[in-house]
Amino acid sequence: MEHITFLVAVVIITALAFDFTNGFHDTANAMATSIATGALKPKVAVAIAAVLNFAGAFLSVKVATTISGGIVNEKAGLQPSIIFAALVGAILWNLLTWLKGLPSSSSHALYGGLIGATVVGAGIGGVNFTTVVSKILIPAVASPIIAGVASWGATKIAYLITGGTPKKSTEKGFRRGQIFSSSLISLAHGTNDAQKTMGIITLTLISAGQLHKGDGPPTWVIVSAGMAIALGTYMGGWRIIRSMGSGLADIRPPQGFASETAAATVILTSSHMGYGLSTTQVCSGGIMGAGLGGPSGKLRWGMVRRMAYTWGLTLPAAAAVSGLAALIADQGDWGVAVVGVALVLGAGSMWLISRRQPVHADNVNDSETVDLPVTGGPTGQTTIAA
Amino acid sequence: MHIKWAALAETAGVSLAITLAVVTVFALGNLALSRREAAVEAGTGKGTPALVAAGLCFAACAAAVAYGISLIAAK
Repeated sequence: MEHITFLVAVVIITALAFDFTNGFHDTANAMATSIATGALKPKVAVAIAAVLNFAGAFLSVKVATTISGGIVNEKAGLQPSIIFAALVGAILWNLLTWLKGLPSSSSHALYGGLIGATVVGAGIGGVNFTTVVSKILIPAVASPIIAGVASWGATKIAYLITGGTPKKSTEKGFRRGQIFSSSLISLAHGTNDAQKTMGIITLTLISAGQLHKGDGPPTWVIVSAGMAIALGTYMGGWRIIRSMGSGLADIRPPQGFASETAAATVILTSSHMGYGLSTTQVCSGGIMGAGLGGPSGKLRWGMVRRMAYTWGLTLPAAAAVSGLAALIADQGDWGVAVVGVALVLGAGSMWLISRRQPVHADNVNDSETVDLPVTGGPTGQTTIAA
Repeated sequence: MHIKWAALAETAGVSLAITLAVVTVFALGNLALSRREAAVEAGTGKGTPALVAAGLCFAACAAAVAYGISLIAAK
């Protein structure tokens, strides 16, 4: 590693930063309902999720040999500046949605960023739109619906079977079950998402000539990617945990168990079948199904709508920011520095705004929504304002 | 554009079936366990058959989880 260029170093740091936001953005997926039903204490839940995300990073490195799974044309060799721009867009979108307490897909943010940066940096031909439709858009629509239907049915069955016995003893059992189902989601998440960061760093090192073509990720890359996602997870995106755990529906232990089981099953089945879907959307869909299938059958449709808008916006918004970043970063080292400073300023200001109304382990179960003034973040859109 | 609808439908069907099966078995185990508690509390027996049934149900769920983990690791 005698001469890692400025740009390569920046890309590696930014990739780890994205991995970190990926972690805290997605803690909610596995743990929101377990925290909401009291199956796990908030701090314990994020600790378990962090450990399992770290462990998951070591389970497999098979996906780490590709960044995009064929969404953009990697054969020509992705320029580090394009990867950097993609990461910037993905991080900023992740932070903005976290600030609003909205669970959006970190994978979609990354894909959107890659698409935007590639279109600007390499032209529209660099993006395989067929793959975008078949591997991202269709699973994005189908997977939350499948998880929702499965979770709805499972909730109905759970109530049907245990309906005649005292709630107290069966709820205890379902809470215990939730510990396992949410742990399985955490493990699968670590495997899937930490590998994306490993892939980014590995391919950047290959393009810089530090590694040979076809090499797997070096150990320090696996360890640092696992560490970054675990640390992020332990930070616990409490704003999103609150939205998912109590913002969509009032979740009781049988519903929590049903939705987590449905989510875990859909994630494992579809990643086995080769669909790269969003853990976030699957888990949210599961919670919605469980809310509708529960005793009250109620869902807070306002929150459902806000989530759906966010999901629709994630790809284009991240693409727009990344496209802009690619335009500037392409100008050379000073351009990269400008984008880097913009990223730090943007991230810092969103963190400062979040301090005005902090959500943490102690108040995560208190109320259902995060109300913040519209911040006009990097994308300046207001459609998801409460 | 070629989209593999059959694979998509298969994924959906398998997911649905596994979810329903696991939750059904877990709920039955849960039911058996609370029946046993009730029997012990009422003093009508030790509820051993119910305990065995619950054990079988939870073992089946554990097997499903183990299979899930093996799927992650084998990728």
